[in-house]
Amino acid sequence: MRKIKPSKPQDEKFTFPKTPTGVEGLDEITEGGFPKGRPTLICGGAGCGKTLLSMQFLIKGITDFEEHGVFMSFEEPSKDLSLNVKSLGFDLDKLKSEKKLVVDYVRVERSEIEETGEYDLEGLFIRLNHAIDSVNAKRVVLDTIESLFAGLDNQAILRAELRRLFHWLKEKGVTAIITGERGEATLTRQGLEEYVSDCVIILDHRVIEQVSTRRLRIIKYRGSTHGTNEYPFLIDEDGISVLPITSLKLDNEVSSELVSTGVPGLDAMFVGGGFYRGSNILISGTAGTAKTTIAAYFANEQCKRNEKTVFFAFEESPQQLIRNMKSIGIDLEKHINKGLLQIHASRPSLNGLELHLLTLRKLIKDFRPTTVILDPISNLITVGNENEVRSMLIRLIDMLKANNITALFTSLNKQTDNFRPDLAEESVSSLVDTWITVRDMEGIGERNRGIFIIKSRGMGHSNQVREFVINSKGIELLDVEFGPEGILTGAARKSNQLQRTVKAMKLQSDLDRKDREIDRKRKVLEANIAALKNEFESVVEELGILKATEDLHSKIMLENTPKTKKK
Amino acid sequence: MKKQPAEWQLLLYIAGQTPKSIKALSNIKKYAEIHLEGKYSIEIIDLLESPQLAEGDQILAVPTLVRRFPEPIRKIIGDLSNEERVLVGLNIKPIK
Repeated sequence: MRKIKPSKPQDEKFTFPKTPTGVEGLDEITEGGFPKGRPTLICGGAGCGKTLLSMQFLIKGITDFEEHGVFMSFEEPSKDLSLNVKSLGFDLDKLKSEKKLVVDYVRVERSEIEETGEYDLEGLFIRLNHAIDSVNAKRVVLDTIESLFAGLDNQAILRAELRRLFHWLKEKGVTAIITGERGEATLTRQGLEEYVSDCVIILDHRVIEQVSTRRLRIIKYRGSTHGTNEYPFLIDEDGISVLPITSLKLDNEVSSELVSTGVPGLDAMFVGGGFYRGSNILISGTAGTAKTTIAAYFANEQCKRNEKTVFFAFEESPQQLIRNMKSIGIDLEKHINKGLLQIHASRPSLNGLELHLLTLRKLIKDFRPTTVILDPISNLITVGNENEVRSMLIRLIDMLKANNITALFTSLNKQTDNFRPDLAEESVSSLVDTWITVRDMEGIGERNRGIFIIKSRGMGHSNQVREFVINSKGIELLDVEFGPEGILTGAARKSNQLQRTVKAMKLQSDLDRKDREIDRKRKVLEANIAALKNEFESVVEELGILKATEDLHSKIMLENTPKTKKK
Repeated sequence: MKKQPAEWQLLLYIAGQTPKSIKALSNIKKYAEIHLEGKYSIEIIDLLESPQLAEGDQILAVPTLVRRFPEPIRKIIGDLSNEERVLVGLNIKPIK
């Protein structure tokens, strides 16, 4: 009888062994990290962050995963390297003295070397082996191996030896990163490394309209699925962080808790009485329609409820914002002093979209706000094109949703006749949950502001355009005033109101007059009734008198009659 | 073991007794006997035994012949089969 192998249970899915990189976001894209015990190639042009990424991989390996590392540099002396990464908070010397890291600088000086006859690179292997063994390394970086090609002539030997090196690294069981300069037609100059590596990542540094963006893409990953898109990444004081665009799934938790809009009267336009917590609100409108004011109202309301709020101002400085809002009776300074509100003012062009996103990400991590306001997002268009802005906003919204943060964006749009949304709006309008528009309503020599709700996911809302006014007491939503041709605003509203008052007064006086007339008529009637009554009474009286006289007469007659008969 | 330090100090780095290293050693011995008789010393370093030494002289390839002295340091890699190039490389013979 044949023994049947017990089949593995379904849930015990095979997972490709991976080594976490410790680079924020990269593990997400690679679904766990670089292939464990195999070489990975990182290639890209000059200054795109190859060395930094590999250094971060090593150092995170030591600090976060207890995996020691070897950095073999062919380009920079180890002293320079230590200094370069020190600014990112990596202390190589300390790690070296703790025997967790070896930095070996391999110098290939063409002028010193003469080649004659057969040779191999066993010396390099021995060095690497020695370095790996001396700290029991699990991670190895070779930066940039093709420098060898510049130093040595015999290409055939080098190619063969390089191939051998990759196999040797695999056999050694170390997770290795090999960096390579980007070639003209191939990924690397030699066109070799990408074929012998198990994972190839390309880094790119592009300048579009004077704003630079770094991007990362995984070209191949043997034995594993991976994100295939280009992902923007950033280098800042914490090293590299990759921002996945689409790795976030739409499965964030939702809250049915409501937050007030802060604007008196606006809450009432929503059936629920406000926004859902964690939803996104877009306020769009033309210039001067009080978008920022509404945003400030919202911020103020949240701060009053002790919710931490971050206000990103892309147009005004914090001081200016505070002053302006004070003029309509909103004291933002008080909240800032309490530590509930942070205003971050920067020009959108200060840095690329990604860096803005990163700032936000960091703030969310550190400050843990429950409300975020971006005023306005349309300004970001100046930094990137529509697609980039859209992708950035998608990621932003995803991030905010994942953290259950209520976000309010304002967007400036151009006044158009057909009143269709333009660029910024278009790029987010489908993403946001609630969309409020403030608009100018021009006519008969004046301009009035109107507010209405375009959409509100998961909540019924008013369909009216409400006029609102801003005075020193703040925003006031006025009651709807209907005229013969729809709703009335401003002076028309006033004149209509006046007309109505006049009409009402006239009606009242008419009524009064009628009342008086009736009164008079009643009085006449009553007088008539009294007269008739008098007449009637006199008739009755007369009749009574007559009757009495008759009675008396017959009585007397009766008394006298028998006497005469007897006689 | 000879008197003072020799005028020509040569180091040959090898990784085990491979055919290439044996060839290289016999070649350099041959050339040195002819051209530098009595004024040279050859030290052989097997990297398999002492790998830590590879870093000092920036050894990548084996076999590598290093001219420690006279300065500047010169390196010749390969099995040293081309006599002309070795002699030029070591600066024993001027380039023709």
